[in-house]
Amino acid sequence: MVSVCFYFQVHQPFRMRNYPIFDIGKRQDYFDDEKNIEVLLKVARKCYLPANQLMLKLLKAHPEFRISFSLSGVFIEQCERWAPEVIESFKKLADTGKVEILSETYYHSLAYLFSKEEFKEQIEMHKKKIQDVFGVTPTVFRNTELIYSNEIAEFIEDMGFKGILSEGWDPILKDKSPNLIYRPATKGNIRLLMKNYRMADDIAFRFSNKGWSEWPLTTDKFCQWVNSINNTGKCLNLFMDYETFGEHQWEDTGIFNFISSLPSELLKNPDNDFKTPSELIDSYEPEGEINCQQMISWADVERDLSAWLGNRIQRSSASRIYEMEKEIKECGDKDLINDWRKLQTSDHFYYMCTKWFNDGDVHKYFNPYDSPYDSFINFMNVMNDLTLRLKDSEQMSVSSADEVNCNEMGKAV
Amino acid sequence: MKILMFGWEFPPFKSGGLGTACYDLTKGLSRQGLDVTFVMPTAPKKADAEFVNLLGANNFAGKVKIRKISSILTPYQSFSSYSEELKKLGTDYVKNSNDKEVYGNNLYTEVMRYSAAGSEIAEETDCDVIHMHDWMTYQAGINAKEHNKKPLVAHIHATEYDRTGGNPNKIISNIERNGLVKADVVIANSHFTKNNVIKHYGINPDKIEVVHWGIDSDNPHYNINQKSPFNKEKIVLFLGRITIQKGPDYFVETASKVLKYEPNTKFVVAGSGDMFERMVNRADELDILDRFIFTGFLRGADVHRAFQMADLYVMPSVSEPFGLVALEALKNGTPILISKQSGVSEVVTHALKVDFWDTDEMTNKIVNILKYSELREELKQNSFREVQQFNLDKPAEKTRQVYEKVIERYK
Repeated sequence: MVSVCFYFQVHQPFRMRNYPIFDIGKRQDYFDDEKNIEVLLKVARKCYLPANQLMLKLLKAHPEFRISFSLSGVFIEQCERWAPEVIESFKKLADTGKVEILSETYYHSLAYLFSKEEFKEQIEMHKKKIQDVFGVTPTVFRNTELIYSNEIAEFIEDMGFKGILSEGWDPILKDKSPNLIYRPATKGNIRLLMKNYRMADDIAFRFSNKGWSEWPLTTDKFCQWVNSINNTGKCLNLFMDYETFGEHQWEDTGIFNFISSLPSELLKNPDNDFKTPSELIDSYEPEGEINCQQMISWADVERDLSAWLGNRIQRSSASRIYEMEKEIKECGDKDLINDWRKLQTSDHFYYMCTKWFNDGDVHKYFNPYDSPYDSFINFMNVMNDLTLRLKDSEQMSVSSADEVNCNEMGKAV
Repeated sequence: MKILMFGWEFPPFKSGGLGTACYDLTKGLSRQGLDVTFVMPTAPKKADAEFVNLLGANNFAGKVKIRKISSILTPYQSFSSYSEELKKLGTDYVKNSNDKEVYGNNLYTEVMRYSAAGSEIAEETDCDVIHMHDWMTYQAGINAKEHNKKPLVAHIHATEYDRTGGNPNKIISNIERNGLVKADVVIANSHFTKNNVIKHYGINPDKIEVVHWGIDSDNPHYNINQKSPFNKEKIVLFLGRITIQKGPDYFVETASKVLKYEPNTKFVVAGSGDMFERMVNRADELDILDRFIFTGFLRGADVHRAFQMADLYVMPSVSEPFGLVALEALKNGTPILISKQSGVSEVVTHALKVDFWDTDEMTNKIVNILKYSELREELKQNSFREVQQFNLDKPAEKTRQVYEKVIERYK
């Protein structure tokens, strides 16, 4: 039996507007609404709406079909403001009862690496958002960019989740197969689902690559590969960005036709079916332990944190933002806290990545800046304004506290 | 393959980037196994010994022959600077004992006098290709070609439009156009220059090849490790001719804006040129003259010392055909902020880039560079690694291919 488990990541950051040094202390609108609307509507038109429509059709046509999503809080927020029809279409999918919504940090952040308290708060915020919008409570967690370690698994289990997703990275799997359910090498009992990156990336990255020896990837061929897992594995975890459909792989590559014919083709073999992450965990016993002491992720060939924290400007800007945590939270200014959290979205640090800068590859495609250095400069300018606002609000609270003291003293006198 | 090249005196003579470019290309070509006869205008009273040193077997593998022609032409001359040069020489050098003029009485006549040597040299020199560098040598090259009917390559390092900030001298631009038109192939040092040549002179894009410049990797001056003399103050460096082309005005305007945010900054200006006085006056008007240090024209090791002391090198050029000096800065481990109106910005990725007129954006970037050591370090480390790929062999290899192609066409 092979259970195919689709999980699609859905996320859009709040991109910043051009914020030169002259704006510090003068403008508090950090985010480029115009640009964010433009991107959201474009991706909605090319991906979210047509892909959701297709998924709904497939879910209705094939009672056995299952998919799962993780939608970042900042994505949902943007849709609520500018593209409510997108949220409606996701709701329709969730209402079929065959679609699982996963947990993640509301701000698609790297919070775990800097502040466990903030990490926890963002997961709670996200949980509440999912409950409000979809009426369900997520039970399986996936961290930003599948960042994972034993330690994270333990923390997540303590928060009450029954499963966690990770990259099926060979040095971590050692000789094990990604196509089985595992337990992390921790004291707990949480289940670990590992991405089969070879087959997931065949769809997400290589599908339209004419230089790839397996091009074109037909449903027939892909199903044969799935069938061949039957002897050795129980699941096939196909984790990828949802934007694969129509945005990363354009419609004219045939990606929609591919996914459209996949369920019927796969189900021709009675040994195949589809499951959500929760169903996998409920259906299969774990087959051993996976020991992952270092931090891994699903990004780049290194599968480490270097896409977001690989250089000095990334590490420094990220630590600076978390250094503000205590004071920001104490000041209690909701707008300030909200802006501070939006700056935590991992994309801002991804834009500062210098390691692939020469290659003009995937990093460039997603980067609104001409260079990683420009992105750092913009980020630091905004950070400086945020710091000013924080100081102002602290002074205000100090002076109002003084006023209260004076009044009380007056009374006493 | 034998090349007859009309070029310029090699460094350390005061010939700016053009002399360096000629030296580097010749060195690269000789490493490719090509024989070069190099013709250069040579000022009076210069000792031959200096050239012998430069042509040591190590540098040129015995592949280069130098042919000197007495002339007071130097690159980047204008009609007025030529006249001044002529005056300085005094009558002894202008007229010989028979009272006949030795040098042209103006730049044009001197260029034509120099060019006459072209056919003479073509007569005595066996070659497969004639290669000439910038407008002053073009007529000499054309004369040579008329004599020996060999393919002619016009190398363009800067157009008259670049040098004058868009107000060309008609005589010069006509000579420039004529050379580009008569050449079988034009080598431009960037796409930026290629586009200018197409825009201003209507040259067929198909005959223009872009060969980006490189830099010599073995220079002992990179290891001087000069430290800044200041403790608290950071140094922002301008290094180049102080002429309209290099954007000195924008440097001063930016400095006054930067100082509002980072008052502990010194602006070092290394170079000389006709806009020096205007630069000083403007800084004085803005009441920031005390934040400026003017070093005058630097040469040799001092250039490298200046780079190594600086926290940032700024090249705000209005029109910079290539900008080799930016690569020099990187070789010395100094981060750079360069104008997008430059050839070098096409090839260097680890640099800050701005439009030359955008002094606000320049300020935004400079202030952040001065504020954050992590930004300086990251830029420094990545650009230092990147600059290693810009060596002399790549452009020489490409130039050789250009020769081969054009020779093939002549067969």
